[in-house]
Amino acid sequence: MTAVILSRRAVVFSGLSASGALVIGVPAAVAAANARLQPPLMADGTNPAKEMTAFLVIEPDNTVTVRVPHAEMGQGTSTALAMLVAEELECDWAKVRVEYGSANRNARAGGKLYDSMQTVGSRGVRTSVTMMQQAGASARERLKVAAADRWKIDPADCTVASGKCLHKASNRSLDYGALAASAAAVQLTAEPAIKTPDQYRLVGKWTARLDTPAKLDGSAKFGIDAQVPGMVYAAAWSAPVYGGTLTSVDEAGLAAIRGIIAVVKLKDAVVVVADRYWRAKKGLDALKIAWDAAGHGGVDSAQLNRGYLEALDRPMFTAEKKGDPDAALAAPGAKLVEATYEAPFLSHAPMEPMNCTVALAPDRIDVWISTQAPMAVLQQAAKEVGLKPEQVYVHNAYVGGGFGRRGGGRVEELTQAIAVARQVNRPVKLIWSREQDIRRDPYRPQAAVRFRTALDAAGKPQTLQARIAVGSLLRGGNGPQEVQASEPMATECIQNSFYAFPARDIGVLLKNSHVPVSFWRGVGSSQNGFFMESFMDEVAHAAGQDPYQYRRALLANRPDALGVIDALAKHSDWGQPLPKGRGRGIAIIEAYGSVSGQVVEVTVSKEGKLKVDRVTCVLDPYHVANPNTVEQQMEGAVIMGLTAAQWGEITIKDGAPVETNFHNYRMAKMVETPPRIDVHLAPSGGPRWGGVGEPGLGPFAPALANAVFAACGVRVRRLPFKTADLRWT
Amino acid sequence: MITLTVNGKRHDLDVEADAPLLWVIRDELGLTGTKFGCGIAQCGACTVQIDGKPVKSCVTPVSAVKGAVKTIEGLSTDLKSPVQQAWLAEDVPQCGYCQSGQIMAAAALLRDIPNPSDADIDAKLTNICRCGTYPRIRKAVHRAAAAMAKGARA
Repeated sequence: MTAVILSRRAVVFSGLSASGALVIGVPAAVAAANARLQPPLMADGTNPAKEMTAFLVIEPDNTVTVRVPHAEMGQGTSTALAMLVAEELECDWAKVRVEYGSANRNARAGGKLYDSMQTVGSRGVRTSVTMMQQAGASARERLKVAAADRWKIDPADCTVASGKCLHKASNRSLDYGALAASAAAVQLTAEPAIKTPDQYRLVGKWTARLDTPAKLDGSAKFGIDAQVPGMVYAAAWSAPVYGGTLTSVDEAGLAAIRGIIAVVKLKDAVVVVADRYWRAKKGLDALKIAWDAAGHGGVDSAQLNRGYLEALDRPMFTAEKKGDPDAALAAPGAKLVEATYEAPFLSHAPMEPMNCTVALAPDRIDVWISTQAPMAVLQQAAKEVGLKPEQVYVHNAYVGGGFGRRGGGRVEELTQAIAVARQVNRPVKLIWSREQDIRRDPYRPQAAVRFRTALDAAGKPQTLQARIAVGSLLRGGNGPQEVQASEPMATECIQNSFYAFPARDIGVLLKNSHVPVSFWRGVGSSQNGFFMESFMDEVAHAAGQDPYQYRRALLANRPDALGVIDALAKHSDWGQPLPKGRGRGIAIIEAYGSVSGQVVEVTVSKEGKLKVDRVTCVLDPYHVANPNTVEQQMEGAVIMGLTAAQWGEITIKDGAPVETNFHNYRMAKMVETPPRIDVHLAPSGGPRWGGVGEPGLGPFAPALANAVFAACGVRVRRLPFKTADLRWT
Repeated sequence: MITLTVNGKRHDLDVEADAPLLWVIRDELGLTGTKFGCGIAQCGACTVQIDGKPVKSCVTPVSAVKGAVKTIEGLSTDLKSPVQQAWLAEDVPQCGYCQSGQIMAAAALLRDIPNPSDADIDAKLTNICRCGTYPRIRKAVHRAAAAMAKGARA
């Protein structure tokens, strides 16, 4: 246990945290709005409940509310975290509900209550598992003490089962609901041990999501559904070229439109405010706006693509060097294998477009938003309105898709909503159109990578040399620059990869254009997985060996990876012959603390039409809280991976993104969904938990590319596949 | 004034003829289960039914609506419709944002084709789900069809 954990325990689990800190002055109008906004997920510090701890409320009717510190954006974390609490608490699962922990309260506690609250990096469960388990175990023990006090018995003689404390000797029982108030005041002298996995009864079992019913009848509230009394609506349009600024606005077209309240001119955007959203949008469309391109108006994709390829020959930062890679490449008789791969910009495009609702008061600001990072929203809002963080209330909602888009960085829609609310002096709901959303999205970075290796007489690779040119995520948005430096996201799946190369030489050049980039689901693993695992396939073929067996031989020191790749081969019918035009491809990566592999089976017609027939996924996340939602993450990653691999590309023309909506930024639909997606979870146990939201992305594109090669002999080295000619004879 | 019947309730609305049905439903009537996704009839998040037929409400001017509108809130009051029951059994949603539209499209499909083949589902269910719930949607549609064949109310 680290000091950080101990101090968190002191804050979280002592009975003191239940003091009246939550009774916060809330303007009546906002409180009324909150009540309508389905408190379970949109409350923020407005529920001064009779809590056991900041993580747990037990009502007199035995309803257990678990407060989760992470966002629910479909990945199932809210159910999984509640399961971890309920497992220790030994309550009745049928009576468990979930709400978000309060970002405001977390800010008041200096961030020590719920930690970062950021739901990124597949860390929803894996970084909060101990915290949630401890919250459940601690509450259980305090309930036992409260019951023992009531019965004047030794707490050691008290047992628990399904939401009750029991004293078997006297055949007495008390519901948790009847004990919660007194248990909240109990101070434990030491925190109880949490269960070992062999003691789990709920964790690890297929469990229905707690959020499903609300998502079937329209009652689930997303950020876009916020309704605040007196609010007006806003539609925004930003400079087409990122970095560009507003030159002029011709508002003549607005005269005929009803309900227009204001035209707010920002440095790089125009926002029309009206009494209804559709009027604001109509008004926006009626404006004639002129923009400056900040000197980037001549940039296009052909130029960017060339730039990344040319960068591969320039000096790079050495991110990893082991052995003697140059000697390996120069060894007499060595067979050299070299290949260059490319990946384009990708937009996140979650189904819920960016939106933000704000209500400003002199001493507080309320923000309704779907976010993966409520603390980042809180800090940004505080800074922009000049209030203290504890004066900001973030009402997080169900998140209509995240994929990294809502993970932090500058929240542009928040900046705009605040600026507008200040100008019109009313609460404002700002909704971005899909076109605004895709154009202003910080994309997955463009990248090019060149690999080289040398094979010995037995076909074994003697080195891995990589030259990586990729947009920096940490320096993104600062305009064009090229830096000899590295960052972890740039080299995921390549640096320190689990394959046993005797020598390594990994070079990185962080290269950004004026187009901003950010974290996209899977981050570096989503494109580097394609690069690395395509190359491993090429190397295996160059060695004349089976791509599964070839990888296997290089994974001898990694029993977890061996387990995954062997399970993949078994479940995918690897090695069973297929006719020409059909093929299987395999890929395996390590990402977000898990090992993830896929086998994709395809048919490629002679005319070059590609169809995915079957996908087999194997994931070793070491532990699984809820197999139901982990399977969903694998299925979903395959679909998202398929979209990205086949069609995903944002191109740039005249400095601006070309793709703007789903008609030209194509998404996989039902008809393209592989008829078979088999998911096998293979948790191998051990001390740590792996992530599940992102590891499914990286293996898909390379497994697809490798399957296409097996089917028709065409090697695709540039994403997306739509630009490749797959015809064969 | 424009008269609109939504979920069996008549509304007289003071809105322009070209106001999109989606925003009238959401902002005038406060029925937020119907979602905005693209605004150009590409994604289907805004799907409602008009006289049982699936309609993309984001591109439908309210004045063009001639029949009775049903939104997700009008499908049932108790999650007991066969499609909702099937969605529950398969635990379909992830983020859930597109599911109102998916469910309304699926319910319309099952009304037209009570026992749809996979090809029917491919052809008729064209709504986008970014989370990738398609495999479970397909299973849920078959499950709902089977329940309806056994007499579950539509």
